[in-house]
Amino acid sequence: MIKIKKLHKSYPIGKDFLHVLKGIDLHIKEGEFVSIMGSSGSGKSTLLNIVGLLDEHDEGDYILNGQKIEKLDEKKAAILRNKFLGFVFQSFNLIAYKNALENVALPLYYKGIGRKERQKIAMEYLDKVGLRDWANHLPNELSGGQKQRVAIARALVTKPKVVLADEPTGALDSTTSESVMELLKEINDEGMTVFVITHEEDIAAQTDRIVRLKDGVIISDELVNKNVKITI
Amino acid sequence: MFDLDRWVEIFQTLSKNKLRTALSGFTIAFAILLFTLLFGVGNGLKHTFEKQFARDAQNSVYINSGRTSKPYKGLQSGRRIQFRNEDTKFINEKFEDDIEFFSPNIQRRNVSVIYKNEHNTYTVRGVYPDYQPLESAEIEGGRFLSYLDLKRRSKVIAIGRLVEKDLFGNLSAIGKNINLDGFSYKVIGVFNDPGGDQDERYIYAPFTTVQSLYKPNDEVDYFGFTYNPKLEVDQALAFTNTLTKILKKKFKVNPRDQGAIRVRNYAEGTRNVQQLMFGLNVIILFIGIGTLIAGVIGISNIMVYIVKERTKELGIRKALGATPKSIIGMIMLESVFVTALAGYVGLLIGMLALKGLGASLEEYGILDPSVETYVVVGATIILIIAGTIAGYIPAKRAASIKPIVALNDN
Repeated sequence: MIKIKKLHKSYPIGKDFLHVLKGIDLHIKEGEFVSIMGSSGSGKSTLLNIVGLLDEHDEGDYILNGQKIEKLDEKKAAILRNKFLGFVFQSFNLIAYKNALENVALPLYYKGIGRKERQKIAMEYLDKVGLRDWANHLPNELSGGQKQRVAIARALVTKPKVVLADEPTGALDSTTSESVMELLKEINDEGMTVFVITHEEDIAAQTDRIVRLKDGVIISDELVNKNVKITI
Repeated sequence: MFDLDRWVEIFQTLSKNKLRTALSGFTIAFAILLFTLLFGVGNGLKHTFEKQFARDAQNSVYINSGRTSKPYKGLQSGRRIQFRNEDTKFINEKFEDDIEFFSPNIQRRNVSVIYKNEHNTYTVRGVYPDYQPLESAEIEGGRFLSYLDLKRRSKVIAIGRLVEKDLFGNLSAIGKNINLDGFSYKVIGVFNDPGGDQDERYIYAPFTTVQSLYKPNDEVDYFGFTYNPKLEVDQALAFTNTLTKILKKKFKVNPRDQGAIRVRNYAEGTRNVQQLMFGLNVIILFIGIGTLIAGVIGISNIMVYIVKERTKELGIRKALGATPKSIIGMIMLESVFVTALAGYVGLLIGMLALKGLGASLEEYGILDPSVETYVVVGATIILIIAGTIAGYIPAKRAASIKPIVALNDN
């Protein structure tokens, strides 16, 4: 599903460049539940942004769902994001003036699905994350855990190939974190590839594969869960 | 272009961000309102001037005589200059090419006029048929005097609209006989005159008829004519200067004597009025453009602010699959919609205010303040275009920001 070879990325800082990713090789197959571990500054967020087509890599290859990603213009990137990727952010990134249902329905709008159909599908997914009764509430009327569940519903609503979660539990307490991870696990059980970025050991421990990143290189890549479903 | 979903999305954005919408709408509405009001008041001033100077044909010239104020060639001052029929002939022949319409004139004030039980006094003028275009009088019914009337010295008159109203009420005066200083005249026509009430209370009779009744000799009170409209203002002034010189020579009047023979050329006044109007137009245009520029700057500022404020939201939309084109389209459509709606509201309020205030402004010299619809609609369209451009530039920038940068924006 995701193939990365010798990926490099650096950011300009004044006149110098900060070399963030220094040759990453990673292969994630369909249906995997992977976490990227690393302290802040290890390059894990940069990696996720590149994988999520929110940012461009400098060198190396990135193949998403068999399609080589290079020199994408904004429009193509937007279409690919809409088609293949679902995002869950640490700060939820819900649109403040839209209620839960409208937030979930938004990706479908950009997919060109009619209004009634959008609402129906969005409601299904809200139901799936257990927030059917909260459909008409604005984000500021929801708790952190509820907001993140809305965000997850929004990430799933277009039936993407990969769900990318950037510190999905970073802003949540441990009980809520637990339920969010449960939800991600369920999604993965249904066959979705889930890609989580975290710096918390216990969160990473709930995934099937942990990739550790330090100073822009992968220092370890291990399967932790014995019941791995992937077939190589 | 029309996409219901897009409009629903826009209405939602606008209605859920009421303050923002209201602010940008207010700027536009206010700009258009000011534009309409200033333009309207400016036009009101213009109308006042137009009315003040619309009395007579703009190329008319009047020649009056008086007493000499300076001795000349052995003649004493205080001598009375009297025009006669031979002067009519003299002027007409000498300046045939430069003159368009010409009429000698005898004027009798306070002529007692009686019709049945109605009685009043009016000014009666003995004129040639050419006098009608000179006064820019328009016949409402019947006809004006003719040369045949002149030849026959007929006792016929054309009366002003208000004379008819005074004496006949709502009935028609045409064909009726009325009594002027004891003589019976037949009304052959009724006219109106843009010069106003005073000019619509004149009675015109054939020159020959009046002269034979009121002037013992072949005396003439004054001459009126219009110069050839092909003449430029400068040429016309030169022509009347020559005419004055020749007349002064003929009557042995000191060339520097201003009182004995007075030639009033409306061209000069016309030119001044035209210059004044031009100046007024420039000022109105300047005010209008100034207001529009202020409005354009206002809407530009607001659009920049709106886009800045929404950077994060736009980043989220992009992460969820919005293409740059859809982002630009959304912002611009919002901008155009708000501008158009607010512009229309401003226009409406402005027009209504002008209508409501119009009458009460008359005493300040502002007559019928109004704005041509196409001017205001044009101004609104300019603002819409400006709003579109003002929205496009920041929208384009926002759409080209990498989503990750937009998402990190707080």
